[in-house]
Formats: sequence, C-alpha cells, structure tokens
Amino acid sequence: MPSAASFDIAVVGAGIVGAACAREFAEAGLRTALIEAEAIGGGATAAGMGHLAVMDDSEAQFALTRYSQVLWKELAAELPAECEYLPCGAMWIAADEEEMAEVHRKQRYYSERGVPVEVLDTSSLADAEPNLRRGMAGALLLKDDSVVYPPCVAQFLVAQAQRDGATLILGRRVMRIDGNTAKLDDGSILFSDNFVLANGSSATSLVRDLQIQPRKGHLVITDRYPRFVRHQIIELGYLKSAHATRADSVAFNVQPRSSGQLLIGSSRQFGNEEAGVDGKIVSAMLQRAFEYMPGLKKLSAIRTWTGFRAATADKLPLIGPSPGRENVYLATGHEGLGITTSLCTAKLLGDLLLRRTPVINIAPYLPDRSYAVHG
Amino acid sequence: MTEARRTVDILVVGAGPAGMAAAVRARESGRGVLVLDDNPAPGGQIWRGGQEHSPSARASSWFAKMAASGAQVIAGARIVDGDAKRQCLTVEMPDSAFEVSYDKLILATGARELFLPFPGWTIPGVMGVGGLQALVKSGLPVTGKRIVVAGSGPLLLAAAAYFRAHGAIVPIVAEQAPVSRLAPFASRLAKHPGKLFQAAALRLALHRSRYRSSCWAIRASETERLESVQLQQHNRVWLEPCEYLAVAYGFISNVELAVLMQCQTGAAGVRVNDLQETSQNQIYCAGECTGIGGVDLSIIEGEIAGYAASGRDDLAGNLFKKRDKARQFAAALESAFALRDELRSLADAGTIICRCEDVTRERLEPMRSWRSAKLQTRCGMGPCQGRICGPILEFLLGLHPESVRPPVFPARVETLLRQEEETRPT
Repeated sequence: MPSAASFDIAVVGAGIVGAACAREFAEAGLRTALIEAEAIGGGATAAGMGHLAVMDDSEAQFALTRYSQVLWKELAAELPAECEYLPCGAMWIAADEEEMAEVHRKQRYYSERGVPVEVLDTSSLADAEPNLRRGMAGALLLKDDSVVYPPCVAQFLVAQAQRDGATLILGRRVMRIDGNTAKLDDGSILFSDNFVLANGSSATSLVRDLQIQPRKGHLVITDRYPRFVRHQIIELGYLKSAHATRADSVAFNVQPRSSGQLLIGSSRQFGNEEAGVDGKIVSAMLQRAFEYMPGLKKLSAIRTWTGFRAATADKLPLIGPSPGRENVYLATGHEGLGITTSLCTAKLLGDLLLRRTPVINIAPYLPDRSYAVHG
Repeated sequence: MTEARRTVDILVVGAGPAGMAAAVRARESGRGVLVLDDNPAPGGQIWRGGQEHSPSARASSWFAKMAASGAQVIAGARIVDGDAKRQCLTVEMPDSAFEVSYDKLILATGARELFLPFPGWTIPGVMGVGGLQALVKSGLPVTGKRIVVAGSGPLLLAAAAYFRAHGAIVPIVAEQAPVSRLAPFASRLAKHPGKLFQAAALRLALHRSRYRSSCWAIRASETERLESVQLQQHNRVWLEPCEYLAVAYGFISNVELAVLMQCQTGAAGVRVNDLQETSQNQIYCAGECTGIGGVDLSIIEGEIAGYAASGRDDLAGNLFKKRDKARQFAAALESAFALRDELRSLADAGTIICRCEDVTRERLEPMRSWRSAKLQTRCGMGPCQGRICGPILEFLLGLHPESVRPPVFPARVETLLRQEEETRPT
C-alpha cells in the first residue's frame, strides 16, 4: 500500500477559484490536491453570469479586476469552445443626466488607467442596443469586458491542473482541518503542508470567526434569441444595488450567451439562506428589467435559479493566510466578482506561497484586515 | 404579467381520465371545481381529442358525466409555477396569464412516452408513437404508408390498430418483451373483468407473425428521410422498409409540477396515501403521475381523490378494494413489459441523447451526476427542460434528475411576475 497521500497544498472546493488555484500551484510544481464535495463548478460558479468585468468601486477593486482581465485575455486563446468566451464588451446604462455625469466620471477614471472605453449618447446607444427602451441618456462601453460559461472553464482549469500532476478528489467533503491534516467525510485523512479554502461561503465551516455572508442571487434564462442584445448590459443603478449591505435589492442586468440565450438578473438578498426561488424578488427583478428592456416580456423563459455569493463587508475578497492559522489560506469572499477575479486570486496566492513578487499590491486583500475591522 | 386572480374550492390539473373522474366526484360532493388542461380539449393522452373523437363507450360516459357535472374546464392552460405555501398556481394562456388560489389541489398530470435513442433516431419519419398518432388525428394522411411500430407495452397494439384504421400498412409491431413474459400476462388479463377484449387482442397478436416479441429497432436508415429500419430479434437482424417508425418504450410519470410543489416522489411517481393525498397538505395526486397503471386505475384514483378532497372519505373508502385490484394489474403489466438491459446499449457513442442541445452519449458517459451532465454539456438545459433526455439518462446511465425550478414549462418572461406584489425593494 502506498503511504497516505501527502501534498504541498490542498485546495478545498473546485469552483472556478479553487480550480484556478489548483492549476496555478500544479503548474508551479507543487504537489497539489483539489477536493470537491459535489460537482466541479457546481456552486456559485454555476449560479453566476460569467461576466468578466472591470470595476472601479475602489482602487483595490480596480487593480484586481483589471489585472484579472489581462490574465483572461491571455487564457482566452486556450479556452475550448464549450467555455463560450465572448468578447462582447459591457455597457453601463445611464437612464438620466445625473447618471450620465457618472458615465463621464467613469470614462475619465478608466481612460487615465488605460482601459479602453467609449461614451455613447442617446442615439448611438439606441443603434447599438435597439431593444433598450428609447430615450436613455447614454452609456459607457467597456470594451475589454467579456463573458464566459463558468462551469466549463472550471472543468478546463481542473483538467489543466490534473495534466500538471494535481490530484482531484471528487465527492468528498472536508470536515475539519487541524495542523497539516484534513479530515474528510468518509473518515479518511489527507496530509498537506498548506490548505486553501476556495469553497465560497462554506469556508465559514472550516475557519472560525470568518466574516463572510452568503448573499443570495436569482437569474432567469431564456430560449435562444440571437442578437436580441449584443453586449453585457447593466444599469448604472446596479452600483446602488451592489452597495446596499442590508436591504434586498434588484438591478437590471442582461447578458447574451453565445448560444443566443439571454441571462436576466440581478438580485441581492442578505439573510435568506434557502436555495428555493423567491417569487417576490424575481418579480421585482423582472419588473426592473422590463423598465429598461420592455421586449423581454414576451420572450420565453426556460428556467430560474438561485446562488449564493460569498460577501465581505468591504467588498474585497479574502486572499492570503487566515489569521492565527498560517498554513490555511483563504480564497473566498469574492461576492459577485469570483469568476472575473479567479485567475488573479490564484496568481496572488501562488506569489505568496512561492515568494514571488506580485504584479499588484496584495495588502488590500489579506484576510487579517477583515478580522481587524470586525474584531 | 398575471392579470387576474381566481379562487376555487378544488383545482384539478389535467383533464385526462383521472382528472375528469376527480372533477366529477368533487362536483357530486358539492364542491366548486376548476379543471386546467394544456391540451386544446379534455381527454388526456389516451382520450385525446375530446368527446367527438371518443374512442370507447366508457370514455363517452365520462365525457358526458364531465359535461353534466358543472365543473369549469379551461383548455390550453399551462401551469408554469406554483406555491404550496400560498396554495396557488400560475397559469399561462396563449395571450394572458392568471393565478388560481385553491383550497385543495388535485394533480392528474398523467405521463409521457419514454423514447430510447438509437442511431438514426433524429431523422424525419422517426417519431414517438403518441406524436405520430396526434399527427394522424390532426390530418396527416397515412393511407398506403408503411408504419413500423416498435418499443414496449400494450399501447403498441392499440396504436397499430389505429394506424391501420387510417389506411396505413403496419408490417410489424416490434415488442421488446419476451414471449415468456407476455403469454402469462395475456392469460392473466382474461381474469380481469373489462380486460377480456384486451386479452383477446394480445393473444391474437401473439399468434400473428406481424407481432414480434423480443424484437426491437436498432438503427434507422441514416438517409435524408426514413427509408427503412434495422430490426433485431434474437440473432437475426434485418431491414424493414417503412416511411414511418413509431417508437415508445412505455411511459414516464409527469411528476415535475408535484416536485415543484414539494410533494415527495418515489421510484414510480408521486407518493400518495390511501386517500391519494401527497406529502403536502391540501395536495392530492391521481392517475399515471403516481405510477404507470393504465386507464382503469387512473379513473379509480381520480374518483378517490375527488371524494377525499371534498371531505367524503367514506365514499373514497368504498373504492379501495377496486383500486387494489387495479394496482395488481398494474404491477403485472410492469413486470411483463419490463425493459431489458440490451436496450441500454442501443445508443452508440455518437448518438444524440439531448436533442435541444445536441449532446451525444460519449460526452455524457464520464458524468457522475445529472448536475455535472447539465453543467458541463448543457444536457437538459434546452426548452424541453430535460423532460425527454432526463428519463433517457436515468435509464442509460443511472443519473437521477435534480430538483425542479420554475417555470415548470417554458413561459413568457412576464408570466413570472406576480400580480399582487407590485411594491418592489429599492
């Protein structure tokens, strides 16, 4: 019998973040395990839209998302067709002049930082997206934003990690981590020098006092309507929704899939940990969508589903060693940006573990800042 | 958007034999009854087309009882969502939508045919048995056309008779079950009152060369349109020329709405107690959605559900013995026509399993769960919502479908809006 499995690093969770981490570590030559309790890319990874977005809530968020976009561009050529990489760009819609002022502010912000953007006025927006309600003030087009189908990307990253020698342990749940041992739900023990928790809001079951809250979201998918929308389209009011930390909120957000299907979102709820579809919030979400795009009403909806974003108080992910447990690294708390920032999260953790110099400053994402804030 | 709101004592979903029987008995018990059905006319699969096309004296009698009962029927009504807690369903009509609140709900959602894929099944001319029957009913001329009927179950015989009556030539009926199971079943049929005719038909069929047991279709001619089908019986394989191939391997219970309403299901279908009550308060289930049992059992279960939902447990109880007998028959039917293992290898690596998303068997083989299959291949993600490929995957690879999410049928996006909740969070 071979000696009990022993690894340099064991990643808990094969969502897109865990898959990206395993790939990063295996490629660097670390003996890597990837442990997934259910399906690869089956948690928040499957529930989200797969919008690869640049965001400007804070300098730290901008740095993380922009670096991620660069990494995605590098990876794009390698992605197999089923990953549905679609460089469609994203449009932030301004309904009125007040929001249009925000469009101009964002244009300056992004231009100064080398992000390709374009401002559309009322009529050029109507030409670009004819199914939007007439009379919108304008929009900001972010040309580098794109879209992927996350579950297949996760699968692809896992396969790459395996190719580089990573061991996939599927169907096993990690029950606890003590020192360099992890106890799995079948009673077996796994030895590893280091662990990475990439299991979204479930990370709280393995590390005490972790300040992460599940933030529930709903999406609706339609039948195929090619070219009904051409870009990822989001209302600027989305930011208000995303920033609300207590109340339920909805915002208009629609995405074209390469199949021709449309994803309609979005909603954010705290304190609702039931996985079932909440008809009330779906109604509110769709009502908002119809205000921007009335033609959606008559399209055929195939399915509605829910998912949980792992949210932190300051809207930044937790990337790095967990305080007091130096060999347990966190890769969670990505809220709605986990797909976008998965590659960058993996890079930064690789930098920490291998003592490489990171491309961006990692300090804003280190978990101890969260503990400091929340005591 | 849902436009109106209705309230009813007893809401029946499905106007097949079980739904009609439930509605009639509930009305007799003095309850207000609304029956919703997504076909253009009541009758369900088996009595499709309504009263004018009524296939038997018994069907006619139930259509007449139904008409006299005073139950309101809305045809062309598709249930797309529901909420067991709020006791209501969302109903979509061709141009509108509404919500119905109920005191009691009786689900009689019936069953659908099981189609097992084989190489060439996607070419024009290969169809489900029910699908071809529906086309003929709506005017497809089949006079002089050769129709091969293949699959399993007593309905193959009924379908063959139907096609012949419409002028088609049925050169062969291929039944996968072996004669060693069919012959005892035919004898058993004769013991059931009301089944003498079926017994005679099956016995007669067994002696006809055109009815082949242990026989099934393995490949359709991969031409632009169907020209022939390759059939197999024991070690013999041959080409049977035909214009149409009608295939059905029995039935699958339609449990999706019941699952959405959080009723427990078992291997056969929705779980019910003696009174046809499901695990959910106020929800009853009757007919094929509780397990495949045929029209007799469906009617009795419908009657019991109709009485029980109206508070007439005494009248419901009078029917228990009759139901037990019908259930014995259903069990005999199930074992006589049990699907053989060889059918699991009909589809080869390149055969399409999910037609909505063009997913082949080889892409599904490595999948360990229905969820992985869905996420990685999009199997079941198309407009049929896995209704066709779900049971196929379950039979071929043992993957069990996951939970049902609304809408339970594709619906206009606006239908998902709830009418009474106009306030929205900011």
